Amino acid sequence: MAEIIQEEKGKKGGKRRPKKHGTRIDMTPMVDLMCLLITFFMLTTAFSKAKVMVITMPDKEDTKDKDKNTPQISAFRTLNVLLAGDNKVYYYIGMIKPKEAPPALVKTDFSKDGIRKILLDKNRDLFTKIAEYRDKRVTGKIVVADTTLDSEIKKMKRDDKKGPIVLIKADEKAKYKDIVNIIDEMAICNIASYAIVDISQPEKDMLKNAPK
Amino acid sequence: MPKIKPPVRTPHIDMTPMVDLFSVLLIFLLLTASFRPQEAAVITTPQSISEKQAPDADLMTIFITKDGKVFFNIDNGRDTSTHFRSKLLEKIGEQYKITFTKAEITKFGTMSSFGLPIKDLKTWLNSKDSKEKEKLQTGIPMDSTDNQLAWWVREARLTNVGAEVAIKGDADTDYKTVKKIMDLLQDNKVNKFNLVTNLMKQEATLKDLPPEIK
Repeated sequence: MAEIIQEEKGKKGGKRRPKKHGTRIDMTPMVDLMCLLITFFMLTTAFSKAKVMVITMPDKEDTKDKDKNTPQISAFRTLNVLLAGDNKVYYYIGMIKPKEAPPALVKTDFSKDGIRKILLDKNRDLFTKIAEYRDKRVTGKIVVADTTLDSEIKKMKRDDKKGPIVLIKADEKAKYKDIVNIIDEMAICNIASYAIVDISQPEKDMLKNAPK
Repeated sequence: MPKIKPPVRTPHIDMTPMVDLFSVLLIFLLLTASFRPQEAAVITTPQSISEKQAPDADLMTIFITKDGKVFFNIDNGRDTSTHFRSKLLEKIGEQYKITFTKAEITKFGTMSSFGLPIKDLKTWLNSKDSKEKEKLQTGIPMDSTDNQLAWWVREARLTNVGAEVAIKGDADTDYKTVKKIMDLLQDNKVNKFNLVTNLMKQEATLKDLPPEIK
């Protein structure tokens, strides 16, 4: 510790000055503060990189080719999610057939008991498969690298034949965070195939008549 | 004579070298952490579970505020000798028949995000008053008669072919504005977007599987 040594002048006899002690500064708090500051700076510069959610859209095709390329999907597997703004989420299963009455719209929201419940129920098999694989990795039963984990999960999603195909449609009043939330739910529930498509006029009508 | 043990003195550690080292480390970290340039508008991004990080160079960012104002930013490339921003300004100048002086081009090269119609660029670059500069930033026009954002994106892609695109939108922006921008990007053959989000971890585990809904 630093010591300030003061010269003792003064003769014995005559005016006796009181003996001055050398002052010692304890540097410990300063070192503590420095430690804290350094740790703070190390952590904040690492965290200042923004996080991103990557989405890849399919190529925009000419409207001429669009009809040829839409594959036939079973109505039972299709889950249509309509975002109406104000955190309102509606969904219906199946497709709108022109001459028949449209399927019923069910109102839900973004909470754990909302759209996530439906997605998990419809995607039960694939979700269980992926969750079990992840658990096995966490508990150490299988040892794989991060990249292998990612490619295995991608493979499982590619080979899945029973999970729902989610079509996400946003209304005029939908906000950006609604779309981000629904894409998040796709990732949380391990949905294998989903797409953001334009909302159609019959669906807009369905929304007008939907339960509030 | 019995041996008299000298009284045990607690060792006094001289902390001076430790404090020296800490000071040096601290100054190093302070200097290497570069300051983030002030962004043109305040944007609260939506939350997501995604943990991927944005690339820190070769990135073009499109900012969208709550009321639909659009700002744009592009960096100077991983290797700063490729002055992408200066080249971009020159190209835009050629397109819109405006000549920028060397000083204006260098100034533009050091700035970051901006959002103003191209005709106001010269005044903005030369103005010294920060309030005036702020007032000029009314967003990049995107209307069908004068889609300046399309030009910025197109010229930026031609200047830096490998650049990725990031979209930093406010959570409460109307989705149709964002869709317009994504359509614009797809017209420029960009199909992969990085949406800037805040990390909020959420997870669904096997326990969360609901019972079968019939």
